[in-house]
Amino acid sequence: MEKARPLWANPLQFVFACISYAVGLGNVWRFPYLCQMYGGGSFLVPYIIMLVVEGMPLLYLELAVGQRMRQGSIGAWRTISPYLGGVGLASVVVSFFLSTYYNIINAWAFWYLFHSFQDPLPWSVCPLNSNRTGYDEECEKASSTQYFWYRKTLNISPSIQDSGGVQWEQGLCLLLAWLVVYLCILRGTESTGKLEQLANPKAWINAATQIFFSLGLGFGSLIAFASYNQPSTDCQKHAIIVSLINSSTSIFASVVTFSIYGFKATFNYESCLNKVILLLTNSFDLEDGFLTASNLEQVKGYLASAFPGKYSEVLPQIRNCSLESELATAVQGTGLSFIVYTEAIKNMAASQLWSVLYFFMLLMLGIGSMLGNTAAILTPLTDSKVISSHLPKEAISGLVCLVNCVIGLVFTMEAGNYWFDIFNDYAATLPLLLIVLVEIVAVCYVFGLRRFESDLKAMTGRTLNWYWKAMWAGVSPLLIISLFVFYLSDYILTGTLQYQAWDASQGQLVTKDYPLYALAIIGLLVASSTMCIPLVALGTFIVRCLKRGDTPPVA
Amino acid sequence: MRQNNSITQEHTRRSKAKADGENAFKVRLSIRTALGDNAYAWDTNEEYLFKAMVAFSMRKVPNRETTEISHVLVCNVTQRVSFWFVVTDPLKNHTLPAVEVQTAIRMNRNRINGAFFLNDQTLEFLKIPSTLAPPTDPSVPIWIIIFGVIFCIVIVAVMLLILSGIRQRRRMSKGPTEVDDSEDKCENTITIENGIPCDPLDTKGGHINDAFMTEDERLTPL
Repeated sequence: MEKARPLWANPLQFVFACISYAVGLGNVWRFPYLCQMYGGGSFLVPYIIMLVVEGMPLLYLELAVGQRMRQGSIGAWRTISPYLGGVGLASVVVSFFLSTYYNIINAWAFWYLFHSFQDPLPWSVCPLNSNRTGYDEECEKASSTQYFWYRKTLNISPSIQDSGGVQWEQGLCLLLAWLVVYLCILRGTESTGKLEQLANPKAWINAATQIFFSLGLGFGSLIAFASYNQPSTDCQKHAIIVSLINSSTSIFASVVTFSIYGFKATFNYESCLNKVILLLTNSFDLEDGFLTASNLEQVKGYLASAFPGKYSEVLPQIRNCSLESELATAVQGTGLSFIVYTEAIKNMAASQLWSVLYFFMLLMLGIGSMLGNTAAILTPLTDSKVISSHLPKEAISGLVCLVNCVIGLVFTMEAGNYWFDIFNDYAATLPLLLIVLVEIVAVCYVFGLRRFESDLKAMTGRTLNWYWKAMWAGVSPLLIISLFVFYLSDYILTGTLQYQAWDASQGQLVTKDYPLYALAIIGLLVASSTMCIPLVALGTFIVRCLKRGDTPPVA
Repeated sequence: MRQNNSITQEHTRRSKAKADGENAFKVRLSIRTALGDNAYAWDTNEEYLFKAMVAFSMRKVPNRETTEISHVLVCNVTQRVSFWFVVTDPLKNHTLPAVEVQTAIRMNRNRINGAFFLNDQTLEFLKIPSTLAPPTDPSVPIWIIIFGVIFCIVIVAVMLLILSGIRQRRRMSKGPTEVDDSEDKCENTITIENGIPCDPLDTKGGHINDAFMTEDERLTPL
């Protein structure tokens, strides 16, 4: 008797799992950055167009494949064609890389969360120097939030070559993060359904990329989730719902992020003004309280004319405070979450409360996405008869979590953040584009669009709209090919790759070149997932040839 | 004669108090920043209090117990409010070394601040760095405590789930043998769950359970 495949208790659980997977940290820290860089509200135009033309069709495709084949990514693509097992394998490899480095973000969120229960918040004040006459030098040059991030949290080394040792505090937080993920995936499917510049071509490319990665296409997670669906589930409706909710979360997060930017910019502008006022008051011994923001320019002019000598001495120290320049500092990624947001939070009233809420939210987003990633790895493993007959489900999950945790300790070293940036920038971008391209070509041209259409109709009872067919067969593959070509040429043209390293003596980031072995590792990251596709196809071809060679054709 | 003497004395004293003298210190007060509407005006009486506080601080230093208010000289008072001061020793007719004055002021900084309702930031002695209060470090960092609590909760939850999973699997594998045993016994205790007797739902010896229809049969095989 065949063991029945576990199912979602109800379709709502499946939708929530997908939403919780798709809505992740990228919605919070990548989308607002892109909006700011590419013209604010007008970025929504390419974004929504790409959502409709690329995001929804591809999402629907992945869900439909998973629901139809009722297997994880490896099995599903092997069912379509034995030569395509490599696509599923490539997805698993990419998911493995992602889960290795993604959970360190949750570890950082835990670290900040645990430190939020103090008064004052540890990132709001600089520590004292050794003879207690002033503040620590690195903290003075940078800012207290940057100091807490780069020195206390990461303890970052000056370059990627100085590895340093594993930071035990971060290691503990990483262990906790993996334990929480393990707790959630332990029971399998039932437990993962938790509640969860227009002319500028770069704007369009970034919109396409953002939709692509934001929805989490190509990792195999969506296929894994959909494979646990009842065959009659209406995945078309779900695809639209999930993509719309993902996008509206991004837009909502941008609104919040922009208000935080505004608060921070205003605060910094005002403290800059106060510093200038204090400097002038002290240098010219003016009456305390005489200089205010409103008469500053006037008085500066008067001082320049009345005491020209002394004024020219003081002039180099006077900064030109501008609200525009404060607003123009756009940050993305970990810099946004852990530096900019904490800086804004420390200046609010009841900052402990906001801090706890904020990092709790980050944790929810991060762990939700982690569950999807681990599902992408575990589903093919538990589907395979070889492995699941020897080990129970709990042991497989535990083993995967343990291996990832141990590898993840690399990111807790002093140079760990540099390796994190490498993985974040290169492990998933190019390979995913290739994987999704092969997926779409496989479904439309290898499996056959008509056959897929009739299977879907038999499964869900609905006819496939002409719109989806047009997108799958024509528009989306063209878009992905052009994205792929663009990124490839961009990497080749840029030449040597560079990274931002933290210089403790200056208190700011400096640009450095990657050493040779780091470049080799980047190449290995990209190659190890993309090469799966041709290698497995070749391997299957050879095996088949050999089999055909052994048994001569029957007359 | 005596008048001339006192004038020249005063003059020599004033010249010793000139700004930038190596034993002179500049003081800066930001009264309005500190007190806002309750700010008091800086006049000669407040200067007198300041001189008294400096003299008081010097008296705390061994060998300087005889310092008088008149030994402290203040000059160059500006609108800021800022001025220079120096402590003299009329017996030896020189200004006291800066190091002594510095130590004296540092030890009594709180009293001086308190006399004027100011703090280290609003009553500044340039060249005399104030000792900053160290942050209170509890013996065990707070974050480890919270980490420990959450860690223990998660470990307990994981253990519970693993154990219940093992127990469930053991119950399922023992299931068919128990059914055979109970058939031999005359009295069968029929376990009832949710009002439905469990007996009819158990798989009996190799029959396919209709409640679980394998999905593969419904789809057209490739």
